[in-house]
Amino acid sequence: MNKTLLAALIPWVPALGALVCAWMGTRQTLRKFSGWACVASVLASFVFTCALAGNGGLKEETKFTVEVFDWISVGGLQGGMSYLIDPLACVMLLVVTGIGSLIAIYAVGYMKGDKHIGRFFAAVALFIFAMTTLVMAKNLLVLFLGWEGVGFCSYLLIGYYYGKDSAVAAGKKAFIVNRIGDLGFLIGIFLCWTVFGTIDIPEIVKQAPALALTGGILFTLIPFCLMLAAFGKSAQLPLYVWLPDAMAGPTPVSALVHAATMVTSGVYLIARLFPVFEAVPAALAVIAVVGCATALLAATIALCNNDLKGVFAYSTVSQLGYMFLGLGTGHPEASVFHLVTHAFFKALLFLTAGSVMHALAGQLDIRKMGGMGRHMPVTKWLMFLGCLALAGFPFTSGFFSKDAILAGVLEGGTPLHKALFAVALLTAFLTAFYTFRLWFTVFSGETKFEMGDEHHAEEGHDAHHGDAHAHEPHEMPWWPMNLPLVLLAVGALAAGMIFSGPITTAVLGHAEHLTEEAHHTHQTVMFISGAVALAGIAAAFVTHAWKRDLSVKIAAAFAPAVRVLEGKWFVDELYDFAIVKPLWLLGQILFVLDTVLIDGLVRAVAAIPGLIGRLNREGQGGRMQGHALAMLTGLALVAVFLLYALHAQAR
Amino acid sequence: MTPETMSSMSQTALAHYLAIGAILFVLGLIGFVTRRNLILMFLCTEMMFQGIAVTMIAFARYHGNLAGQAFVIFILTVAACEAALALGLVVLLFRRRRTLNADAWNEMKG
Repeated sequence: MNKTLLAALIPWVPALGALVCAWMGTRQTLRKFSGWACVASVLASFVFTCALAGNGGLKEETKFTVEVFDWISVGGLQGGMSYLIDPLACVMLLVVTGIGSLIAIYAVGYMKGDKHIGRFFAAVALFIFAMTTLVMAKNLLVLFLGWEGVGFCSYLLIGYYYGKDSAVAAGKKAFIVNRIGDLGFLIGIFLCWTVFGTIDIPEIVKQAPALALTGGILFTLIPFCLMLAAFGKSAQLPLYVWLPDAMAGPTPVSALVHAATMVTSGVYLIARLFPVFEAVPAALAVIAVVGCATALLAATIALCNNDLKGVFAYSTVSQLGYMFLGLGTGHPEASVFHLVTHAFFKALLFLTAGSVMHALAGQLDIRKMGGMGRHMPVTKWLMFLGCLALAGFPFTSGFFSKDAILAGVLEGGTPLHKALFAVALLTAFLTAFYTFRLWFTVFSGETKFEMGDEHHAEEGHDAHHGDAHAHEPHEMPWWPMNLPLVLLAVGALAAGMIFSGPITTAVLGHAEHLTEEAHHTHQTVMFISGAVALAGIAAAFVTHAWKRDLSVKIAAAFAPAVRVLEGKWFVDELYDFAIVKPLWLLGQILFVLDTVLIDGLVRAVAAIPGLIGRLNREGQGGRMQGHALAMLTGLALVAVFLLYALHAQAR
Repeated sequence: MTPETMSSMSQTALAHYLAIGAILFVLGLIGFVTRRNLILMFLCTEMMFQGIAVTMIAFARYHGNLAGQAFVIFILTVAACEAALALGLVVLLFRRRRTLNADAWNEMKG
């Protein structure tokens, strides 16, 4: 098969898969196989990606475009459905389809017995279509299509359990908050069209450096607009509030959409258009500061969060902050590297969290868990590996990628960079601490658990274990659930060593040549960040495994701080007070104005024909005599008039 | 009869004929407006017709012009045809509703 066809098939096979899943969902007998249809389509997409990557797709000189069809073509605006295949796109495609396949396989086990399974897998396959479209887009219009597509699928999947009010509200929140960012994206596209006269990404990237000095205000605005879009989609300050709520969706969705792939599309957008951002240093500085602030803020919230998925959600926000920090300090290769390793270990963490949740019938409160390792040893150690990688334990994948970002920050050299480095290091310590706080709380200590209120579906896993075990937590089966997790765990451990070089080459377009000094910086940073990670893990061990009363004492000593952190800095309340309530009030006022003024006017106009009709209705009584009389009267009037006229003439 | 041989009519006689024509017409009109029975209404219209015919013949005689008389013959012929049709329609309508009341046919009521 030639490369063009391969590239075109990558998004469209999952699109077909979505249709097939949706159709199977409507058939009683086929419904339980719709998961495998989804897996097959995503896996096929992964195979095509591998073929493409193995066929030289990852080589730095590879760059070709695929025109699938002419989508929108108006005047000089050429918005064809065209794909751009280069090493950066290939790396992203491997992550999206590869991790997507593993998560889809896990989801087949996780969602087993659910009534609306067809809807779930159709949305997952559609998501893969949208995400691959986003990644492969050659022009901003197609990128925007994918961008909106993933947002829509995310909305569908967050609100999957539409019977729960919280899930519906979370879906709406995600959609509306993203809308703010999308406004920035749209304006950014318009500005690109104005400034560059094209929306073609390679063309924009080529022209951007020359405009750095002469671009004017419109050019300077482009990165800020696009940045807003990235902040919305990748859950950065001030638009991060939707991501923690998005955990209302099924756990495989949290792993796929809200940890591994969709939320990284903001990072991808900036990496893709990096020359545009590089040309405006102020924009890069803003990205770095926002990323760093988000990383710290989310890490502090995660410290005191007691929700199993909530901790990982905030840690995702925090790690995305790291990626933005890397972008802002001019190291997109480090960010994309962290994106890839993060996809592995965060997907692993979410899926193991899903296993725990599954075993405990939907229980998410970690205060009600303890010693779960005895019931689920495999999950325990899989999550341990994920936690190691997230904490940045030496020689795991997270360690290498975090180190790449930290070293990049320190290389900047200015006081700002030093401050950012200090904050990032503090965040790294907090990350290691809260990660292992969670792990020790859930898996060590005395065995205790409280079942949640979700019941397994009739044909769920309890069927395999018999009813005797129905009220005991149980380990997940190897196939199809734990085996994909093992592959993810291998990735979480080894991805750092294997992919560091290829990704750097792929993103930069050439192999990285470290100077002696930079190499030295890297080594120093490695020691520091490794030590920080170990310190964080040790602190968590002391307070949450060795001497558990200590954590209670510390919490009591810092009670006001704990209250603020448990309230998530009251950001949601602040937004509610400052934005939601005033807008709601405005909406109410406009509603009243609309009913009274606009509707009143329209109704008044509409009343006139009614009135005329009512006046005439009597004349249309259907009585022949009435009509005859009316005719006669008319005739008489005409006769009188004629006689009068004749008489007047004769005189 | 030629116009010369036709004896002309005095103005008084004309006035009497015209009065009879007008009375016939108005009686027919009142009947048409007040009755509900389809056949009676139809007969009333015939009466109005005859009122007009009498008037036309009177004028023709008065002016010594045969055109009016010829016209009346035409009108009577047409009226006879029309009467046959109209009575047939009345029978059909009666078969539909089993009544001759004109109010039974008011679907076009507003």
